[in-house]
Amino acid sequence: MLVGEFQTNLTIEEMAYARQELGREPNALEWAMIDAEWSEHCSYKSSRTVLRQLPTTGSRVLVGPGYDSGVVDIGDGYVLTMHIESHNHPSAIDPYGGAATGIGGVVRDILCMGTTPIASLDALRFGDVTKSDHSKWIMKNVIRGIADYGNCIGVPTVAGEIEFDECFERNCLVDVACLGVGKREELLLAQATHPEDGIFLIGGSTGRDGIHGATFASRILGIDVERERSAVQIPDPFTKKLIIEATLEANRAGTLRGCKDLGGGGLTTGLSEVADKGGTGVEVYLEKIRIREPDMSPIEVMISESQERMLLVVKQGHEAVLESIMQRYGLACARIGEVTSTRTITITSGRETIASLPTAFLANAPIIPRTARAPRFGKVLSNEMNRSLNIKELLLEMLRSPTIASKEWVFHQYDHEVGIRTVVKPGEGDAAVLRLPNGKFAAIKVDGNSRFCDLDPYVGAASVLAECCRNVVAVGAQPIAMLDHCQFGDPNEEEIFWAFSMAVKGMADFARTLSLPCVGGKVSFYNQDEETGRAVKSSPVIAVAGLVEKLEHITKMGFRREGEKIVLIGETKRELGGSEYYHALGLQDVFPPSLDFELEKQTQRAVLECIKDGLVTACHDCSKGGLAVALAEMALAGNKGAVIDIKNIPANEMRDEELLLSESNSRFILTTKSPDLVLRVMWQHRVPANVAGSVDGDFLRLILHDRKVQLPLDTMRIAYETSLQRILEPWQN
Amino acid sequence: MKAAVIQFPGSNCDRDTVHVLADVKRIQTDLVWHNDFKDGSYDAVILPGGFSFGDHLRAGAIAAHSPAMKTICHMAKEGKPVLGICNGFQILIETGLLPGSLLRNASLKFVCKWVDLRIENTSSAFTSAFDKNSRAWMPIAHNEGRFFGEDDLLEQLEADGRVVMRYVGENPTGTSRGIVAVSNEEGNVVGMMPHPERASDLALGGTDGLKVFQSMVDWIQC
Repeated sequence: MLVGEFQTNLTIEEMAYARQELGREPNALEWAMIDAEWSEHCSYKSSRTVLRQLPTTGSRVLVGPGYDSGVVDIGDGYVLTMHIESHNHPSAIDPYGGAATGIGGVVRDILCMGTTPIASLDALRFGDVTKSDHSKWIMKNVIRGIADYGNCIGVPTVAGEIEFDECFERNCLVDVACLGVGKREELLLAQATHPEDGIFLIGGSTGRDGIHGATFASRILGIDVERERSAVQIPDPFTKKLIIEATLEANRAGTLRGCKDLGGGGLTTGLSEVADKGGTGVEVYLEKIRIREPDMSPIEVMISESQERMLLVVKQGHEAVLESIMQRYGLACARIGEVTSTRTITITSGRETIASLPTAFLANAPIIPRTARAPRFGKVLSNEMNRSLNIKELLLEMLRSPTIASKEWVFHQYDHEVGIRTVVKPGEGDAAVLRLPNGKFAAIKVDGNSRFCDLDPYVGAASVLAECCRNVVAVGAQPIAMLDHCQFGDPNEEEIFWAFSMAVKGMADFARTLSLPCVGGKVSFYNQDEETGRAVKSSPVIAVAGLVEKLEHITKMGFRREGEKIVLIGETKRELGGSEYYHALGLQDVFPPSLDFELEKQTQRAVLECIKDGLVTACHDCSKGGLAVALAEMALAGNKGAVIDIKNIPANEMRDEELLLSESNSRFILTTKSPDLVLRVMWQHRVPANVAGSVDGDFLRLILHDRKVQLPLDTMRIAYETSLQRILEPWQN
Repeated sequence: MKAAVIQFPGSNCDRDTVHVLADVKRIQTDLVWHNDFKDGSYDAVILPGGFSFGDHLRAGAIAAHSPAMKTICHMAKEGKPVLGICNGFQILIETGLLPGSLLRNASLKFVCKWVDLRIENTSSAFTSAFDKNSRAWMPIAHNEGRFFGEDDLLEQLEADGRVVMRYVGENPTGTSRGIVAVSNEEGNVVGMMPHPERASDLALGGTDGLKVFQSMVDWIQC
């Protein structure tokens, strides 16, 4: 709708509410500010009521959702901060710049809590790269964007996951999570609590890039995407690196009261949120804002999402110290206004007040009531296998499938070592493990599974959380906090809103069972293609952080010594809906694997107990691609083969290939020198487990019901490790 | 004994290097902002990895004109150990303290991985603690690490024993003759693409990097 010269995305009801609350007609600049702050992206106006189901408190939680990052106490005066963001719409148009600025944004979220970013992770979803050149182009440039930006700012990219499916062809999903560490006493909040403190803007200038970024992210991508390019910001990792150093130094010098990252909604959102959280107001002088182009309108200045800027709330009397620090790093720094006690956001130009909106009004968008309706599942069931399979070929095909294949091609482009903290590196274990300054270690992983969530958002989302926790447990860590990132289509569609609500409920219910607090997250709607009307499959992504108490608890996944026994934990069921196997064969089922919350919890607890007792020499979660892929990954990581007798796998009746490729929940594979002790711990926790084989030779040898299959390590390695490169860079082979 | 690690805007391995020198090797080490490095009384100087000046223009090109480099050239002339790691190597080449050039990797991609190296010269200031022809296991992480020179330059370097380290087996960047580290004629200035500071702790994957710093200590003490 057009108000004055400004095109707003607000609904008629929202505009009526705004007029009623203010008792007058806002001017065009005010409409623009309301529009940016009340966008779905910034206000969570559709999702807030649903997200309230998530448990957000716990003995370690210092700051939960609602701030830039969640903060968790890790003892000895130190805290971990964590946050997740996506840059889906920008990456669909400009994959390089979109992905790069995505990291830039999440790193600022960690930084503005006064903590040092120490690791980032990426969860990516692309179209089918084996068929689509467009998706290949998107993927290569997203990876290059993450690499160029992350490597330059000196934050290692330590783990991640990638999923490929046709539904992401026009709407790739690019999520980046970031982990930070700091001293508890140096923690900062995005709050302006003291009137007369200075408001400073540091770093890059304010330009026309990223105008309407927040509102652009809050609707469906149009057909004419090229026109949307100005909504994508321009990355400058060098300036970001300087901002990281300078902000941390300014904080250590005690100059800062608060700090706010300028992301979606730009200055408007930054100012209204610090003032709202601090219970104050701000007055900002438009001329003091350094602009990149001379003829920018006040609206453009106030909603620009130009990157590499930070908003600092500086204690009165400390301005000179701040300015000298910024000068040393060669960063622009300007006092653009101050905190007031008026509880109003005021923008002035010369002597004239050009916008004046109550803080609480601007910062709290009215909630949009949404209706949810369960879809009628009427999907065709074709789960009968009618051709005979060559199991050896099938397993190699699974190892070559891009979702399962090694992501070496990706993570060798990321500097995952900088900072000298990375103990478990990409490809070595189920989660990344990083050394912390208090002598402990942080484990972190991100996971998603859009195929499970598409079939059943409740069970699917809970399964994603279960898998992510299993990954963290497998390296020897106790999960301590989670982040959720919900990615769906248009929430105006009742079935999509239903899927979103069920996914959150699934995560929330299972997180309660685990007593795992959710300390932050993000919602990204409108991941839908205007042309085809097709939404992406429901794609909640979850990050879980865990704590490893001692170096000797850290467990990797590679087989270590010949003769060690391989123990399979958890029962394999004939649950193939949403599996890689069914996808590869074009089969369908209506249900994803089931999840018994209590059993999953007991299984994780039992495995962690075995690891802490020193019984486990290697451990791997069993999920995408099932037992066969998990065993192959352990063999390749350790460069040692294994013999497995399928009769000893705890399972119910099914065909051999189903047993090998079922993606049932609540399973681990571990190796041990003391199988009896491991089985005793499992029995005590009522967790099914059995010894199914041992580490042996240069082959993965599977003794099936009626035949034997032998896969040489070298053959598996070529299939698994070179697949992505063969797909993405066929000329290299 | 006192060592300096130079911090340029955009350096990102500076603190890692200081940590290994100070906390692991127990060498008195200062982290010095490039504009402030005027004191040539340090016994050794290290240019750490990273993206000095954002790699703008060309990796290392702007840092080569920092006032710090005048002091460093002077120290190099005095025979003091000068080590450039990764971006530091690029800076030393841009300054002219080391020959050749470093091009983009043949794959045109950033490469981060642990690599097998052979120590070719054990008389330089940073390799004397290694055994002749011994192997070392260290990580690389760079975009521009493909050492390049005309054939006569490469021949000359080989003849003078100035090729300090070489890849064994896989050559992940396509560098000429597998060369990853070279020295000046006197052997006190060394540039290397692998990161010894990342290979100085068993928990992180290996400790061969510590020998690089031990060599520096030996060089200063004898």
